[in-house]
Amino acid sequence: MQAKKRYVLLASSVICLGLCYYIGLLRFLQNGENLSKYKHQKLVGFMDHKDFRYDQDLHLSARHRRDTWVHKISHKHCRMETCFDMSKCKGDFKVYLYPQSQEKVSSAYSKILTSLQKSRYYTTDPAQACVFVLSIDTLDRDHLSKDYIKNIQSKIESLGTWNNGRNHLLFNLYSGTWPDYVEDLGFDIGEAMLAKASIEVVNFRSGFDISIPLWHKEHPQSGAGSGNLQTTTIPSLRTYTLVFKGKRYLTGIGSETRNSLFHLHNGNDIILLTSCRHGKDWQDFQDKRCATDNAEYDKYDYKVLLHNSTFCLVPRGRRLGSFRFLEALQAGCVPVLLSNGWELPFSEIINWNKAVVWGDERLLFQIPSIVRSMSHQDILSLQQQTQLLWDSYFASIDSIVDTTLEILKDRVMLHRRSSLVWNSVPGGLSSVPDYSDNIQSLPFYYHYLGREPGLKFTAVVYATNCILLTSSPLYKLLKNIGKSQSLDRIIIIWHCDTPPPPWNRWPLESSTPIHIVQSHKSYVRTISARFIPYKDIQTEAVLSLDEDALLTTDEVDFAFSVWREFPERIVGYPGRNHYWSDAHERWAYTSKWTNDYSMVLTSAAFIHRYYLHYYSNYTSKLLLKTVNQLHNCEDILMNFVVSHLTKQPPIKVTQRKLYKDSMAPGRTSKWLEAEHFNQRQICMNTFVDAFGYVPLKRSSARFDPLLYKDPVANFRKKYKQIEAVVS
Amino acid sequence: MSGVGVGAGKSSRLRGPKMTLKYKNFYVMLFLILIVGIVVTGIFQFWPHDMDSDQDSLSRHKRSQYLNYHGEITIKTNSAKPLIGNESCTFHTCFNVSHCGYNDENRISVYIYPLVRYLDENDVSISIPLSKEFHEILTTIANSDFYTENADEACLFLPSLDLLNQNNVRLDVTAQVLQTLPRWNNGTNHLLFNMLPGNMPDYNTTLDVHRGLALLAGGGFSTWSYRRNFDVPIPVYNPMISHIDLPEISYLEKRRYLFVAGQTGIHTEYRADLEKVASTHKNVLVLDKCTMDPTDTSGKFNFTQRCREEKKYNYPHILQHGTFCIVLRGARLGQTALYDCMKASSIPVIIADSYIMPFSEVLDWERAAVVVREDDLADIGHILEDISIEKIHSMRKQVKFYYETYFATIKDITLTTLQIINDRVFPYAGRKYEEWNEPPYRDGVVNPLFLPLMPPKSAGFTAVILTFDRLESLFRVITEVAKTPSLSKVLVVWNNQKKLPPQASLWPKINKPLKVVQTRQNKLSNRFYPYDEIETEAILALDDDIVMMTTDELEFGYQVWREFPDRLVGFPSRLHLWDNTTQKWKYESEWTSEISMVLTGAAFYHKHYSFLYTNAMPGNLKKWVDKHINCEDIAMNFLIANHTRKGAVKVAPRQKFKCPECKNMDMLSADATHLVERSECVHYFTQLYEAMPLKTVEFRADPVLYKDDFPDNLKSYSNIGSL
Repeated sequence: MQAKKRYVLLASSVICLGLCYYIGLLRFLQNGENLSKYKHQKLVGFMDHKDFRYDQDLHLSARHRRDTWVHKISHKHCRMETCFDMSKCKGDFKVYLYPQSQEKVSSAYSKILTSLQKSRYYTTDPAQACVFVLSIDTLDRDHLSKDYIKNIQSKIESLGTWNNGRNHLLFNLYSGTWPDYVEDLGFDIGEAMLAKASIEVVNFRSGFDISIPLWHKEHPQSGAGSGNLQTTTIPSLRTYTLVFKGKRYLTGIGSETRNSLFHLHNGNDIILLTSCRHGKDWQDFQDKRCATDNAEYDKYDYKVLLHNSTFCLVPRGRRLGSFRFLEALQAGCVPVLLSNGWELPFSEIINWNKAVVWGDERLLFQIPSIVRSMSHQDILSLQQQTQLLWDSYFASIDSIVDTTLEILKDRVMLHRRSSLVWNSVPGGLSSVPDYSDNIQSLPFYYHYLGREPGLKFTAVVYATNCILLTSSPLYKLLKNIGKSQSLDRIIIIWHCDTPPPPWNRWPLESSTPIHIVQSHKSYVRTISARFIPYKDIQTEAVLSLDEDALLTTDEVDFAFSVWREFPERIVGYPGRNHYWSDAHERWAYTSKWTNDYSMVLTSAAFIHRYYLHYYSNYTSKLLLKTVNQLHNCEDILMNFVVSHLTKQPPIKVTQRKLYKDSMAPGRTSKWLEAEHFNQRQICMNTFVDAFGYVPLKRSSARFDPLLYKDPVANFRKKYKQIEAVVS
Repeated sequence: MSGVGVGAGKSSRLRGPKMTLKYKNFYVMLFLILIVGIVVTGIFQFWPHDMDSDQDSLSRHKRSQYLNYHGEITIKTNSAKPLIGNESCTFHTCFNVSHCGYNDENRISVYIYPLVRYLDENDVSISIPLSKEFHEILTTIANSDFYTENADEACLFLPSLDLLNQNNVRLDVTAQVLQTLPRWNNGTNHLLFNMLPGNMPDYNTTLDVHRGLALLAGGGFSTWSYRRNFDVPIPVYNPMISHIDLPEISYLEKRRYLFVAGQTGIHTEYRADLEKVASTHKNVLVLDKCTMDPTDTSGKFNFTQRCREEKKYNYPHILQHGTFCIVLRGARLGQTALYDCMKASSIPVIIADSYIMPFSEVLDWERAAVVVREDDLADIGHILEDISIEKIHSMRKQVKFYYETYFATIKDITLTTLQIINDRVFPYAGRKYEEWNEPPYRDGVVNPLFLPLMPPKSAGFTAVILTFDRLESLFRVITEVAKTPSLSKVLVVWNNQKKLPPQASLWPKINKPLKVVQTRQNKLSNRFYPYDEIETEAILALDDDIVMMTTDELEFGYQVWREFPDRLVGFPSRLHLWDNTTQKWKYESEWTSEISMVLTGAAFYHKHYSFLYTNAMPGNLKKWVDKHINCEDIAMNFLIANHTRKGAVKVAPRQKFKCPECKNMDMLSADATHLVERSECVHYFTQLYEAMPLKTVEFRADPVLYKDDFPDNLKSYSNIGSL
């Protein structure tokens, strides 16, 4: 009996197990099926060594291959490789402007020519030139226009250095005419590059042509800082979401898009107004909607809409580009593009995704939901970007021309600006690529890169006093600076005929390197010698000093600590101000004690090394000449330069105002002082004229050490010497 | 399955106690059978997981779908072909967006044609077996969010034809195959992947198959063949070295060679140029393939070996020893060498005129590669020597990041390609420059208020006062703050749900608008909510017991904020310090020569930070603060510092705010337990941010003429209190 039970049990166990195996086997087979397929179809790579064997470059000659391009490729497909002679640009980048002929030149083109002449790349010698620009006006090639130049072909071909357009740059705003507005200049441009507005993507020779914006006749010659956005407005506070006010073409090229805009107009937050009144015979073409559209159109003011809307619609006109684009950009109204196939201005360097919203003419009805879906943060950054781009590249004819030339220069030079530099504050024209090949060494990208300025500084002392006694101010100054833990080295610009004293006479510890720039080199003779970016300056921070500056070690250290938080500004002691003098009808400079300041003089200030480079190489040659001839104003110019680049005021630290040692020998006489002061007034106005605007910004805050002059125990205070300084 | 086995084991063990020697063998046998049973079942259980452990059955299904042929189609010799590619195609002219639809995800959908075996009239297969890489492209898409099974809703179509290597493609019949695809429609919205285009000897730079309006993701576009904003330039993946693991090397490490040229098959003229450079520079290495046995005509050579004269080097390992790595054009414009160099974290030097860099539409190659014109090849030694070490370091980091994110696997390449097309269809939702070009975890930031603007003084500020029930003190604060000229509005956040705010008539009469918002819950975060009532950018956060501020101080504070609108600008300051004993950050309220925080009891900040506080704080930080009813001010300091990497600005000397009568510091803050709690907050926030964003500074902002011996009536801000 027991045996029977046992066997039943055994049998049932075996059956159970059998079942298990069976199910398992089924699954196994299923998987196995897949598995076998994997094995069966052993996948191989898409290429193997054989492909490499056949890959041997067997062309007759690699160089020959490039040369044949030049012949094979039509002008329609010009590239720098085929239609541009790089050998002309070896060495320096220079732009030659043909001498002006008798030919009439439109005001727009003469502004361009003026900008070119002001450019630092301008040359009058065609043999030196890398790029050539015609003095014949090619801006308006619409043969119905009054500015149209006839027989341009023969005029151009008669130029001695035309060379079939090689290395030539042609500016053009309008091409073609009713009804098809073809993008053709009406003459053979040969191998010339086009700087042209409203180019269509398919006609744009990428990396060769430059797309430029369309601008109004009133567009200023120079100046900056004219962006309308004063505050990063909170989107919900703008009255309108999306606006447009413009002509409706009724028929012909480009009319389709504008004719359908009325569908989106809601009279509330989306205001899209079109007027049929356009041309002489509009009434012949008018449709049923024209009457109501025209009435609605007259209800709103364009400027009011522009400045009170978050987004501005920029639909194509007859041509792809429109004035509206720059207007919206300036107003800080985010452009919503409705112009399929338009190659946007300076597309080679500007990342427009950061400043515009791309609409698609084919998807017009999605526009409202697209702009409504934009997040608060996106709008904020789009708005700011419009201003950055406007101020950097579009604000004046000068900046448009400069940008065009810088793009060309980047193409021919080894060091180019990265997209990051072109599209972030302070913009590509302010971050010059020849200073350094890496953006870490520029003052603008510390936060973006998550870096902090270095812990050391270099003191550059401008010495004219030629005798070093233990009582002389230079001696005291060096002694104080030498005690700073952050000092890397001292550079003395020895502006004297006598040789400097031997190094053991200097009041410095032997561990402090001291480098003396002697005046036998002619450039040291100029006042700007104090701003030469000497190779020996190896720190980002430069402490610029006059020999008679009065500074304690604590003051130096504190100013340096502030500078490290604001490395893009001038941080120092002597604050100065400027104001508009109604009496003299000019800008005035003042050293009086005021409630604010707009300059900090470089007789005792920290400044980023980059600004020395920019000052020496990128400020207008004319201004440098003025400064060097007057032997004055170099500090004002430096303030102009830095504020121009950063759009920010300098920083004055602590109370000290008296920064010159009045006991110093060889003090200038009262009369000389007055003369000196008068020169500075003149400088101010010369600079304002040259910059085209006043870049200086005012600040009414001065930075003191924490607990400064507070009634607490001295041991709590870090910079005790500063307390004792008499202002 | 194993459950059944265990069950059987249990029932047998019931008899265990009656076991006698006689049946021992029987039970041992039974036991063994069970053990074997369980083990075998176990193996079955886990076996399939070894094969594709991380994929669910659905994807396994999809995956196998692209291995099985779904039928055969015979192509007639004279059947139609698509037009040759249209060289002027743009996104607007050749791409049909109407199928891509507007959807909440802003994502395109991709349909993959089922795999079909195509035969020509002689029954010879037209398509070669799928390559491993093309199969991976298909599975990547099939497993991605882009995939759709429904061809009707698809935006993009992917033919299951392996065109990666043109050497393996029969041009004419393949074009005919394309024409037979059911939704071909002259190629509209069809995407073709190709890495090796062209044929001997001239090698065109795009796939030579006639393809109508189809988009091409191609490896080797030239500036003439590339249709901007339409095609996608992709890297040429190298299957021959992709499996090789290279040792990790730091970007700081010095490399032995200035550059290594490891390519084979480059033109003899260029090789001569390189050799010339090698003869004048000691630290360069120019390699070639190792000479083969002349009798060997198989064409095989060992790809992972390179030679310089007699000396052999392992490839691509040797590339790791060069700072730079030469990518010279070969017969083809696009070269696997780019992939190889980047894999070795060596900075590519591109010497291929007119070559379009992979993914150049979104990647900023200026930061990761050196481009040299072919004309300057002989000069390359000097050009590369001039590049600074800082630039080299940053380029190395960038190369590594690009490689790991966009290059390393076919999956990366495929998804990047689709993302680029996706961004064209939905440009307003596209990825930003920073998202493409900066590693996700980095030290730097994009300041949300990056434009240096000084808001006009006339804009004014809104004072936002959080209150619960301290009416008397609240009214006093309101009366005081209302005297500030630049104040535009007072907004009282009434955080008491049990009590209604007093009637309008009871509030102090001030000459500025006064609004009260009642909150639904007593939460600290209410004070940082971006109320619509706040119509200025500048917000002055005030506690309802800050009664000591003078008008001049507030007005000056607003002025300082205008100069630094992206920072937190305020009056009460604090410091964080590293405590060596607890190995934690500590909160410090002593008066010191350093500060790192400004408390929002009295501080100006930009309204945008209210949006960020409400919507974009890391982790559960906002909830945590509401729960602990503390440290919202520290959280705001962390938030702003983290978004700007800038320090807060303390204005004027005042450190006492609440109680004019008290001799000591503000009593509450001095409380020891309070300090411990605050330290806990700093510690916890640091963990959440995975870093300490706060910055310590040593300065404060005073009026320019503060403490100057100057008539008070000429000073803009004369009534500045001390401590």
